Amino acid sequence: MSELTERIMEISGADPRKCMKCGKCTAACPVAGEMDIKPHQFASCLAKGQSDLLLSSNTLHKCLSCFACVERCPRDVRPGRLIDAVRQCVVRARGQAFLTPEEIPELLDDELPQQLLVSAFRRYRR
Amino acid sequence: MKFSYYPGCTLKNKAKDLDRYARACAAALGIELIEPDDWQCCGGVYPLGKDEIAPKLAAVRVLADAAEQGNQLVTVCSACHHVLKRVNDDMKNDADTRERANRYMDLQRPYTGQTGVLHLLEVLRDRVGFDTLKEKVVNPLTGKKIGAYYGCLLLRPGDVMTLDDPENPRVMEDLIRALGAEPVVYPYRNECCGGYVSLGDKELTGRMCDRILESAVGFGAQMLLTACPLCMYNLRAHSDLPVYYFTELLAEALGVKEAAQ
Amino acid sequence: MQKIGVFVCHCGTNIAATVDVLRVVEAAAKEPGVVHAQDYPYMCSEAGQALIASAIRDKGLTGIVVCSCSPRMHEATFRKCAERAGLNPYMVEIANIREHCSWIHKDMEEATQKAIILARAAIAKVHLNTPLAAGHSQVTKRALVIGGGIAGIQTALDIAEAGYPVDIVEKNPSIGGRMAQLDKTFPTLDCSACILTPKMVEAAAHPNIRIFTYSEVERVTGFVGDFTVDIRKHARSVDMDKCTGCGLCQEKCPSRKTPDEFNRALGTRSAIYTPFAQAIPNVPVIDREHCIKFKTGKCGLCQTVCAAGAIDYTQSDEIVSEKYGAIVVATGFDTIKLDRFGEYAYDQSKDVITSLELERIMNAAGPTGGHLERLSDGRMPREMVFIQCVGSRCSDGRGKSYCSKICCMYTAKHAMLIRDKYPDVNVTVFYIDVRTPGKNFDEFYRRAVEQYGVNYIKGQVGKVAPLPDGRLRVSGSDLIDGKAVEITADMVVLATAIEPDPSARRLASMLTASIDTNDFLTEAHPKLRPVESPTAGVYLSGVSQGPKDIPETVSQAGACAAKVIGLLAKDRLTTNPCTAHSDQLLCNGCSACANVCPYGAISYEQREVNDHGVRGERRIAVVNNALCQGCGACTVTCPSGAMDLQGFSNRQLIAEVDAICR
Repeated sequence: MSELTERIMEISGADPRKCMKCGKCTAACPVAGEMDIKPHQFASCLAKGQSDLLLSSNTLHKCLSCFACVERCPRDVRPGRLIDAVRQCVVRARGQAFLTPEEIPELLDDELPQQLLVSAFRRYRR
Repeated sequence: MKFSYYPGCTLKNKAKDLDRYARACAAALGIELIEPDDWQCCGGVYPLGKDEIAPKLAAVRVLADAAEQGNQLVTVCSACHHVLKRVNDDMKNDADTRERANRYMDLQRPYTGQTGVLHLLEVLRDRVGFDTLKEKVVNPLTGKKIGAYYGCLLLRPGDVMTLDDPENPRVMEDLIRALGAEPVVYPYRNECCGGYVSLGDKELTGRMCDRILESAVGFGAQMLLTACPLCMYNLRAHSDLPVYYFTELLAEALGVKEAAQ
Repeated sequence: MQKIGVFVCHCGTNIAATVDVLRVVEAAAKEPGVVHAQDYPYMCSEAGQALIASAIRDKGLTGIVVCSCSPRMHEATFRKCAERAGLNPYMVEIANIREHCSWIHKDMEEATQKAIILARAAIAKVHLNTPLAAGHSQVTKRALVIGGGIAGIQTALDIAEAGYPVDIVEKNPSIGGRMAQLDKTFPTLDCSACILTPKMVEAAAHPNIRIFTYSEVERVTGFVGDFTVDIRKHARSVDMDKCTGCGLCQEKCPSRKTPDEFNRALGTRSAIYTPFAQAIPNVPVIDREHCIKFKTGKCGLCQTVCAAGAIDYTQSDEIVSEKYGAIVVATGFDTIKLDRFGEYAYDQSKDVITSLELERIMNAAGPTGGHLERLSDGRMPREMVFIQCVGSRCSDGRGKSYCSKICCMYTAKHAMLIRDKYPDVNVTVFYIDVRTPGKNFDEFYRRAVEQYGVNYIKGQVGKVAPLPDGRLRVSGSDLIDGKAVEITADMVVLATAIEPDPSARRLASMLTASIDTNDFLTEAHPKLRPVESPTAGVYLSGVSQGPKDIPETVSQAGACAAKVIGLLAKDRLTTNPCTAHSDQLLCNGCSACANVCPYGAISYEQREVNDHGVRGERRIAVVNNALCQGCGACTVTCPSGAMDLQGFSNRQLIAEVDAICR
């Protein structure tokens, strides 16, 4: 297993080898259509040790962490945790954040709740 | 009935309604809510990484404070509730998190997850009781067809949140019924609104909200009810349907809305 | 001093590849009392056994040790061999140097050392062996079959045909079980009732078969060959002898709102009812919970209209006590509850149904008269979706971790039948894997795809969402295309996992039969004794043992009957002499042993005891040797060391431990 795959397993605490390849995660995901690598493919890639492929996937910022995949997975693989762990590996590297403070002002509007900014910052950068 | 009460940052700002109506309703129902001193933002999202400890500490502080007061901890914001309940679950069941958090925190007494975390909806259901609540309603919302919108954070993951059946919940429907209105059950009430993705991709959250709204309207909802400021923001941005915090309609039914304003 | 022979088996390379067999022979030969030691490639072969027999005769051996495989495998073989050569069979000990040694070790030196130690321990034990004689017990030549579905009926018929009396106990008002609820059966698509009803009739008419319907097993005592069973016959409120089965009572009954169990609650039935037209016996029962007469005292209409005078409101439950030599468990299955699978909207839409409900809808005697229609509005569906593995292969705690085995085939059957009868209906099946091991099974599934145009999509469904127009949006995955798919369906059918009937658990504890974590009854050996429970005299038939389809159930029912017949054909049974006995001088009657005995073999007697010259009465444990299975739980529990096990005495075990630690 590569060092990266190992780190992903450790951060996520989830085990992609439990996956029976049913695809229910992708079926349950409300944004699977937007993802270049689908949730079930995340589990599959990790089980095969092909974690490098995942680092540049747009799935990392499409995933909403809504846990529909986690709730409905029949094998307790918790794909949402796997995706977040890959995201962590990316944003923890220097200069790899998906969001910078400079971008924020033009994204704001009067109604936007603080919670949204906090959440986005927590997910998109270290 | 006395609880520690964690409002959370958004309720002090953009979601003041959610907070003030919650306090007014609690008072009307004889529930004492005590806000701890110097609480901090819970972080908005639960840190999923097993190795993350710092982002959980704000939640641990509030939980430990409630434990010191001997109170259970009540919140109304879906996101805060989600973070507090899951961090608490870690403190109770994950030895590694428990040890490391306690080492950082330097508390008077070690905290081991003993605080019960409750959403106000759980207090209404399990402590007040919807039958009792119904008796206290002075302005029944008769004739209103209301769709409850749960979103994702309130219910999932079901084994930790334990608020309701994560796939077919009913607590808000029961609340709506107790307030004299007619609940509209629609299948997308537990699907995500798009959450924080709306910061960068309003088109995507728009499509997600459309599906939810289409379903709610299709089944006859005239208005929606939510417990989450972020859901409120996303739904309102894409809907002609009025969206309310559950505390606002509760305050209206209990006859304390105007006083709260 | 014993004269001991040691025989070390190579088991081909199974043992010899990891254990240096010759060194084991050498080491054993040096042990005290060993007068003969040798090796052989296959000790269990005829030639190997001949070597043992001639050594016993030629050297006058008084005890032997065979170093070979597990005693579960060949202890009986070598005991018989010894007996033929004139040695008491209980003077044979096995040192398991295969499962306990060669198979689990890689290092030859270590494995050889361990094999030598195991041989030494067995030799030490044989020194203390004494010849034992097996006792005998009688066999009651009657069998009890619990459950009257196809498994129970077939088992009973096969036993009855061999000439032995059989009783069937069925908790429902009629025999027939799940198979009676099915419309067609795979892989031949013949009508279920057409092939089941003749069997039901045959069972009912067979002179050797008695059927107790609306009855349950209440209590079981005794042991193999001699069980006593109390059967509770629930009050039917209808006299079986007088009723002519005319059906007028059911027609006139004013209480008609009870969910009809036979139709999976898709319709209603009267309070006095027979579950289905071909019911056996064709005698109704009064469901007292829903009967107006029993609830309010008023009504009595059925009694008024019954020309035969068969209605009897005063009947009460009756307990029948009967003796049996063998008991067959054939309690079958039910589908799991779907309340933890809200994403499939089973509780949110009438048009999301289980496969078993579809069987009733497709059946001419079902709630829609066999017409395929939506239960919400009676319209015919145009677009149907089947979802497989609902609750099966589910290890997240919501469903069952096992494969229910029958769903792939019945789903193909449903899809094919619908496409055949209603060619305009589109049928899509979401599957994870299509599992069709069985004669003509894969061909059957392929026919659904190739001839009937059923659309199979590899991928699970994530959500079924009812739409305002009454249709259902099915969101699934297409793993071959690597994308999410959506189908707007009129009806969704869930291939719901099956689980053992809830009665199995209670029954297993009554029978002291073991049961697995899923509540399936455990077989004595998964490969070599698949229809026997580890509890002697208890046999397993049908789904109570594990998921299986009708062909497999019928085969297993036959196998089960053969085992029962084998038992009942014996005039007496040899009992295991390795049973516990209590030393009345040491026993203080504390009951600790009886509390741990899983077989109920220990009772107490007041006995006159001479304790150091003082005569007195004492409460003493007494072991029923016919019931005792020699498990040894009592011997380790006994605080005063009064309990001991023949053939595994405390002294023998200590001698083995000493030999190992030497």
